[in-house]
Amino acid sequence: MTGLIILAVYIAIFVVSAFVLKLIVSQRQDYTSLKTVTFGDESAVTSNGTASVISIVTIFLIWGSFTGSSWLPSILHAPAPFVGETSFDYTLEDANGVTDTATVTVRVMDFGEKTEKFQVDPGEGMAKDDAVSMQASRSVTILFDKNDEATRKEGAKVVAINGTPISNDAPLTLDVGRFALTDKGAISFSAPRGLQMDPIYLPPPEDVWKRGIEIATEGYRNFYLHEHLAYSLFRVIAGFILGCVVGIPLGYAMGLNGWFRGWFDPIVEVMRPVPPLALIPLIIIWFGIGESGKVILLFLASLWIMAIGARSGVSGVKITKIHAAYSLGASKWQIMRHVIIPNSLPEIFTAARVAMGVCWGTVVAAELVAASQGAGMMIMAASKFTLTDIVVMGIILIGVIGFGIDMLMRWAERILVPWKGRG
Amino acid sequence: MSELAIDNISMRFDLPNGSSVQALKNVSLNLKSGELLSVLGPSGCGKTTLLNIVAGFLAPTEGQITLNGDRVVGPSAERGMVFQQGALFEWMSVRENVGFGPRMKGANPTATREKVDHLLDVVGLSEFKEKAVYELSGGMQQRVALARCLANEPDVILMDEPLGALDALTREKMQSLVLKLWKETGKTIILITHSVEEALLLGERLLVMAPRPGRIHKEYRLPFADLGVDQDLREVKKHPEYASTREEILSMIWDMEEEIMGRQEA
Ligand SMILES: Nc1ncnc2c1ncn2[C@@H]1O[C@H](COP(=O)(O)OP(=O)(O)OP(=O)(O)O)[C@@H](O)[C@H]1O
Ligand SMILES: [Mg+2]
Repeated sequence: MTGLIILAVYIAIFVVSAFVLKLIVSQRQDYTSLKTVTFGDESAVTSNGTASVISIVTIFLIWGSFTGSSWLPSILHAPAPFVGETSFDYTLEDANGVTDTATVTVRVMDFGEKTEKFQVDPGEGMAKDDAVSMQASRSVTILFDKNDEATRKEGAKVVAINGTPISNDAPLTLDVGRFALTDKGAISFSAPRGLQMDPIYLPPPEDVWKRGIEIATEGYRNFYLHEHLAYSLFRVIAGFILGCVVGIPLGYAMGLNGWFRGWFDPIVEVMRPVPPLALIPLIIIWFGIGESGKVILLFLASLWIMAIGARSGVSGVKITKIHAAYSLGASKWQIMRHVIIPNSLPEIFTAARVAMGVCWGTVVAAELVAASQGAGMMIMAASKFTLTDIVVMGIILIGVIGFGIDMLMRWAERILVPWKGRG
Repeated sequence: MSELAIDNISMRFDLPNGSSVQALKNVSLNLKSGELLSVLGPSGCGKTTLLNIVAGFLAPTEGQITLNGDRVVGPSAERGMVFQQGALFEWMSVRENVGFGPRMKGANPTATREKVDHLLDVVGLSEFKEKAVYELSGGMQQRVALARCLANEPDVILMDEPLGALDALTREKMQSLVLKLWKETGKTIILITHSVEEALLLGERLLVMAPRPGRIHKEYRLPFADLGVDQDLREVKKHPEYASTREEILSMIWDMEEEIMGRQEA
């Protein structure tokens, strides 16, 4: 329900900001703006930077709004759930048709506060007053007859709330909240829930931020935040480098020699579709949960990708280039060094980007399974104690770091192989 | 006196399905040092195959090729190649591309540098020395390819449609350049082309090949290449013999194409 509302708000912001920006931002005057055919022309579609900024702001806005963030003015908050004391009357009818009315006082505790039993004066009559404490945005089952003179076992039942009739198949929604009767006749009550999320499901951004600072300065599970991340990164880089050191020469050999290709093709082609995650159990059995197991897992994750990238880089060299080099007097080794290797670099870089992405995903997954430090271990340990703020922070950091790695690879690609795609 | 001798070459490709293609049959030819031979013929008559054999990329099924008395067994620096396109190394600058041959030989870097500067001057690309090759136009790239081949000082230059991918105007300029370089360097050149005009203008000798099996159909000796060295090519085209030879060759190739079509229909 809340999910649909959030989706609707999101779509509304998407559409409205698109229209508003179209109105206030004047059209760019460049070559692309002079094109009359733009629909279907991929080159005419440039990523709109403003849209990216609004997109990120929107995510934080919605996040803050639906978690009641203190970073947002309360006017932007989604309706909060009812918190505080409220009460309602119920009318009890015993087996003989005699009725009596009693009051239930309900204390609704805010998110994160504990419920506490309390007492009220039971009052007079067949039905006695009750006191119930409950959590915001939840529902509570009220066993009203514990202190009543007529109990449900004896055939008594609730017939009205605040004077409005209620029965098993006719639940009630009043200003006080929603009422329903359980199969056994108890009152199920929920105070107005509002639209905000319980921080156990999604903490507000400031909580995540504070938790991040806390882990960065005080640590979590014996390690500081940067240590957790550094462990993950170290594993990725070690595994990736090993994968390159073995995979690239292997790929070259497969591209240049029929025996190598025949020998390794079945192995590479069978191992490639095996997701690295499927290797985790075997790796744990063989190498335990220590560093070496993880590095070997990442080595295997990148090995096939790099080997295939290097192989297709070699196979992709145009025969005219090789012929030209031979006619210019180059030796086999010189052709390797000056033609085949540079020609394969763009493919190798593409493979490296894929491999880094896969490795980063795999390391997190491996740490989820077994590790005593690392980004994945951090969020897994936190989830066991429903420390959702750590989980969310971990997910954001994993995403940001993965993105950072890819940006770095792209930057290196631009610097090192500027001829990519220009052959 | 260097001499390229093509001695009774035959080439048969055995296809995987068991049949075979006779790409060349009994082709013989002698080329003296400094001669410029242009080769014409309908598509599929074995021109590229012949050139690949001379370059040493393919071994003929019969016959042999000798250059200055030495048998050709593989590619070597004495037989330079200029391809239609895509043979430049895009990871090297223009200068590095042109200096590639001397560098591979381990020639003196200063001497190589001077030679490259000179050649780039000759082909009119001195301003583009440090550019990446993919930043150049198609015509400029072909001039780099020519310069790269010349920098290696081959005895024979083999060109497979070097100007085929260029527009008409650039092509004409490049034709003058090829003639100029030919005269200045005195290289032996074999030039394959699809353009009858180009073959006439550039070929001191002109070979018309016929298909199935690929063979030499007719050979001409032409004066136009020599004329073109100091005359505008468009003036050369006004020569009466030019027009008549052109017509003759065009109808010759036309007939061959007709015959191929007829055979296919039958
Ligand atoms: N590697 C090969 N395998 C099988 N057949 C081949 C091979 N190379 C060439 N041929 C055949 O040999 C014949 C001559 O080919 P070639 O490429 O030499 O022709 P061409 O005269 O250069 O044609 P074009 O003018 O179109 O370039 C063709 O029939 C072709 O199908
Ligand atoms: Mg050809």
